[in-house]
Amino acid sequence: MNNDLLFDFNVDKAAKTVYITREFNAGQSLVWDAFTKAELLDQWVAPAPMRAKTKYMNFEVGGRRFYAMISPDGQERWVVQEFTSITPKTNFKLYNAFADKDENRELPGSDWDYNFSEQNGITKVDITIYNESFERLEKLLEGFTIGFTMSLQNLEELLATLS
Amino acid sequence: MKQDIFQAIADPTRRAILTLIAIQALTPNAMAEKFDMTRQAVSKHIKVLHECELIKPEQSGREIYYHFNAKKMQEFDHWLAQFRQNWETQFNQLDQLLTTIKPQE
Repeated sequence: MNNDLLFDFNVDKAAKTVYITREFNAGQSLVWDAFTKAELLDQWVAPAPMRAKTKYMNFEVGGRRFYAMISPDGQERWVVQEFTSITPKTNFKLYNAFADKDENRELPGSDWDYNFSEQNGITKVDITIYNESFERLEKLLEGFTIGFTMSLQNLEELLATLS
Repeated sequence: MKQDIFQAIADPTRRAILTLIAIQALTPNAMAEKFDMTRQAVSKHIKVLHECELIKPEQSGREIYYHFNAKKMQEFDHWLAQFRQNWETQFNQLDQLLTTIKPQE
């Protein structure tokens, strides 16, 4: 079971930074793949019943991932992630910004830093998100919850069809 | 332009003002005295804090006292809790995905 796996979520309001740490019961290469390959990312990054769809992803320094969070009623929230640094299997950094469907970014965005380490078959991922403003951080949540207004019953029905 | 709550809290003087008035409501003059600042500098901080609703004024006689608006801070914390919840949901989804892709390794 995964109940013993560490999950830490801390916010330094003064530094405008969010720190997230999570352990996964899998090897480092596998976890690295899950965070860096579009076909795997699309399977977990959107909290159900939202889904994620990557239009394209070039995982290289200067490359981009352009993807949408799609709500059950079809609303799309597009995001551009630009990779600013990559150290295979251990670290990558990106610049996250919301965008329209034509990839025009709404700046400023936020800086994300991912670190991976493995001990005894458990992989720890540390994520640091620096936001210039709370308003931008607020949009991150908006991206998750857009169109999330259906009744609880609808949600249950939908989940039943998904499972 | 609407003030950003992150920007408001990021300033050390404004954090000190919030800490102080969380204990006791103060007039702008009293704040200026306590922080050894000009009345003008205090007014600027008050404006920022007021615009993002972290403090609220209350008239008492001829004086205006500023109170800490704990509700706004709670809203902010509530929002952060939702953000945390989303991450938790995502990571649980990843846990499942990792068990299904594992055999291929």
